[in-house]
Amino acid sequence: MSLAEQAHSPQTAAAPESLLASPDMPSQREINAEIAEVQAAAAARAARGEAVPFTLYDFAPYRSSVLRHPTKNPRLVDPESIELWSPAYGQRDVAAIEADLTLQHSGEPLGERITVTGRVLDSWGRPLRNQLVEIWQANSAGRYIHQRDQHPAPLDPNFTGAGRTVTNDDGEYFFTTIKPGPYPWKNHVNAWRPAHIHFSVFGSAFTQRIITQMYFPGDPLFALDPIYQSIRQQKDRDRLVSTYDHDLTVPEFSMGYRWDIVVDGPDATWFESEGKH
Amino acid sequence: MSANETLGEKTLEPSPGQTIGPFYAFGLEYPKMHEVAFPHSPGAIVLGGIVYDGAGAPIPDACVEIWGADADGTISRARGSRRRDDHTFTGFGRAFTNDEGRYEFWTRNPGAADGKAPFFATLVFARGLPNKLHTRIYLPEDEARLAADPLLSSLTEDERATLIAQRTPEGYLEHDIHLQGERETVFIAF
Repeated sequence: MSLAEQAHSPQTAAAPESLLASPDMPSQREINAEIAEVQAAAAARAARGEAVPFTLYDFAPYRSSVLRHPTKNPRLVDPESIELWSPAYGQRDVAAIEADLTLQHSGEPLGERITVTGRVLDSWGRPLRNQLVEIWQANSAGRYIHQRDQHPAPLDPNFTGAGRTVTNDDGEYFFTTIKPGPYPWKNHVNAWRPAHIHFSVFGSAFTQRIITQMYFPGDPLFALDPIYQSIRQQKDRDRLVSTYDHDLTVPEFSMGYRWDIVVDGPDATWFESEGKH
Repeated sequence: MSANETLGEKTLEPSPGQTIGPFYAFGLEYPKMHEVAFPHSPGAIVLGGIVYDGAGAPIPDACVEIWGADADGTISRARGSRRRDDHTFTGFGRAFTNDEGRYEFWTRNPGAADGKAPFFATLVFARGLPNKLHTRIYLPEDEARLAADPLLSSLTEDERATLIAQRTPEGYLEHDIHLQGERETVFIAF
């Protein structure tokens, strides 16, 4: 085996940071054309009655997905008992201060201070209480505190960018943080992610588990971003965009954004009666 | 009873999922997150494997989560998945793949619930994977129950093999996950 072959042998993992840039570095114009083409094909499949997911797994404009998406449709199954439950969390699992990302260091972080609030709901509009909500984000300069982030923007010694909370009895969560900056990511030439906060939520059934991203209204990068555009329809993409809420804006202190998270289903054919476990 | 009969029509559209991205570690990591069972407790086993891409290369930036019943088949309602106390079994664990694409949990063999084949409900997230993937990791032993399982019995032999873990001589479980390729894991939707 030659050295070159060894380097690509299945036993040897590539250095993770070497995987971040796409191999072909297309232009934004080429990426835009690919996005339009894949979304049109998905719309045609849906129009023929095919069940096409909101988020497309096979979405080549997002270059690192090419070898990482399944090629077969998922098998539709009836959830078993374990899948209709989810891990139990409670208020004691996180400290209140973990919901304020501006208080984690000795000084104040730089950037636009914001509050982000909303509810975790199920498909029937019922609030989900005691839900663990985990978030992570870049700082105001668009830099992540991660060894693999090579973006030459400054780190902020007063900002880490990770927080968590547990929803209250009305399913509400509250975070105080800094508005993240856009972030360059080498998917193609001059590729920039719209500002976003990553959200992770469990739901009351494991089938409802969701990791997604919250965006800010009016971002000029939406149309150019293959990750945002991996959601094939505008009406579904819109649900990941928070709304500016002036009533949440605190005078002389912070700007307010509101965003509800709706967990899906499950479309169970039956529900097990409560109290057995 | 159908969900629709119980609750009526759904009134809200779900939030679409997105990729976990490359930099999730500092947001999702917590101490002992892969210790579903305390490593030195009776019945504790390692469940581990490698996550592969479509070219057969290990994926060093994936996150695997498992959620399973306790050894007697009961589903834990105990809190503490995020703050381990080293004795409570909560059923949930999270593991990031290392630079060789490998994930590992300390956990217990789930027992059969409702007389059905036991499995770990499993989720995979990764940079480059646009949304979550659900799958199952079944225990290999109980052939009668495996044969009666509605999902497994709908699959070909090759597909079925992607969902059943292998028992190692020391009693641990080994289970690779292939996001794509000839041995592509069977993923599920509900």
